[in-house]
Amino acid sequence: MAGHFSALSLLRQATGGHRRWTAQWRDAAPAADYDVVIVGGGGHGLAAAYYLAKEHGVHRVAVLEKGWIGGGNTGRNTTIIRSNYLWDESAALYDHALKLWEGLSREINYNVMFSPRGVMMLAHTQHDVQVFQRHIHANRQNGVDNEWLTPREAQRFCPPLSIASDSRYPVLGAALQRRGGTARHDAVAWGYARAASERGVDIIQNCAVTGIRRGPDGAVQGVETTRGFIAARKIGVSAAGATSTVMQMAAVRMPLESYPLQALVSEPVKPVMPCVVMSNTVHAYISQSDKGELVIGSGTDQYVSYSQRGGLQAVAHAVEAVCELFPTFSRLRMMRSWAGTVDVTPDRSPIIGTTPVPGLFVNAGWGTGGFKATPGSGHVFAWTIARGTPHPIAAPFSLDRFRTGRLIDEAAAAAVAH
Amino acid sequence: MLLIDCPHCGPRAEPEFQYGGEAHIARPGDPSALSDEAWATHLFFRSNSRGLHAERWRHSHGCGRYFNAVRDTVTDRFACTYPTGTPRPDIADKPGETR
Ligand SMILES: Cc1cc2nc3c(=O)[nH]c(=O)nc-3n(C[C@H](O)[C@H](O)[C@H](O)COP(=O)(O)OP(=O)(O)OC[C@H]3O[C@@H](n4cnc5c(N)ncnc54)[C@H](O)[C@@H]3O)c2cc1C
Ligand SMILES: [Zn+2]
Repeated sequence: MAGHFSALSLLRQATGGHRRWTAQWRDAAPAADYDVVIVGGGGHGLAAAYYLAKEHGVHRVAVLEKGWIGGGNTGRNTTIIRSNYLWDESAALYDHALKLWEGLSREINYNVMFSPRGVMMLAHTQHDVQVFQRHIHANRQNGVDNEWLTPREAQRFCPPLSIASDSRYPVLGAALQRRGGTARHDAVAWGYARAASERGVDIIQNCAVTGIRRGPDGAVQGVETTRGFIAARKIGVSAAGATSTVMQMAAVRMPLESYPLQALVSEPVKPVMPCVVMSNTVHAYISQSDKGELVIGSGTDQYVSYSQRGGLQAVAHAVEAVCELFPTFSRLRMMRSWAGTVDVTPDRSPIIGTTPVPGLFVNAGWGTGGFKATPGSGHVFAWTIARGTPHPIAAPFSLDRFRTGRLIDEAAAAAVAH
Repeated sequence: MLLIDCPHCGPRAEPEFQYGGEAHIARPGDPSALSDEAWATHLFFRSNSRGLHAERWRHSHGCGRYFNAVRDTVTDRFACTYPTGTPRPDIADKPGETR
């Protein structure tokens, strides 16, 4: 339907005045029943639908999205991608995703603008230095690249960075993952939607799930939606900040709390930031988009909220930190700020897997840092739904770990955000 | 930024306060008698309500005291604040108005 993208097809459209582009995916109306219904049309849900159709031969799949696809956290995040998490389980999961990112544009024939420009995490205290070096060693054991830079090397990698020793939190060094970087968030949602749609997946927007219907045996029968009842043998919930609310419809409680997380962008300027810089200690996350805007992430607001807005003090805090690290940026004007609702788990690791309700699966708790995992998350979630048992990479991330106590504590690696 | 009515000091700006999580979560009376499920529930499972939410706040840069509040998590508006140790006031969720 949408046709294959190639240099030739772009050239043909260009010479034709770009008048013959067609819709990239079918905006479907709901059918009466499906094999699998995915709740939530963010990157994770769309990716799961794509891999269900592509790798598991499940074609009667619908993605139900209450608004527009990618309109949740997928379209609101600062797009930092990296895989240098501490524990073996996390390294396996995030590096699985990073490897998929590396071939994604080709895989789905859609330019997701994956840009491995390097992610540099700054150390400002002796504690940071020790934690990062521990991470570097742990990552090496797992075959995940991560290297230590001295302040001078950090500045050489990112020239606008100030390494002045008299700043409040001087840069004492940095951990650099060269394979990390950024991607275009909207393109990830659109690309997966297009590729899934081509394989027969129905992408249904403006369709909010309002209930989960269960049979006498407790197993799921389908979902109540604002567009009527839709029957399904299996349901995969991928609803980020709204996950607790959706799971409540099947009487499943989740170890999640939803918080606002904000970001902002500056006016566009010529290329100044060659890489991504993160500082968990002073709460600053910064990169430059291809349009030229500096993209800045802040820390979460402190309270539970579904308002998709936060306090200015959180944003101001991030901007103060950025100005201290990059004094030249202090003259830039900020253009827009916004918030998403992030679903945070007690151990800052996601929950992927089966639930006590037969036929109900959940993929949530990605909190402040799940964009980087989008392809890997969708990939292992599709496997889990198709086979009814967790993918080996997903298995440690079970809902049950909060009962058994086998937590995967990434509070240090995930810190407060991204 | 929230405007928070400390029951002891009156309305103050949010940066004076520290959020203390969901309110009315009682510590288990006999910890060693608890099952794994009950421990998990106590430690990790929260209501995460969309709508009215009872929560603790500490006026850390003011009187330093903890108190409770009921707040609508969709609008972020406070319905009331009340001292710790008192039960949650009986305020009804008004979906029509708040959503
Ligand atoms: C400001 C900000 C910055 C961030 N920065 C980074 C970063 O730099 N790097 C990183 O890796 N991660 C980052 N994240 C986190 C990342 O955005 C998320 O973890 C990830 O995008 C989650 O993807 P998702 O598909 O699960 O969720 P979403 O994209 O939120 O998709 C969930 C969808 O479910 C829909 N939905 C909800 N309820 C219902 C219902 N009842 N019926 C139907 N549909 C429903 C929603 O409308 C939404 O579209 C950031 C997040 C924010 C908010
Ligand atoms: Zn007070």
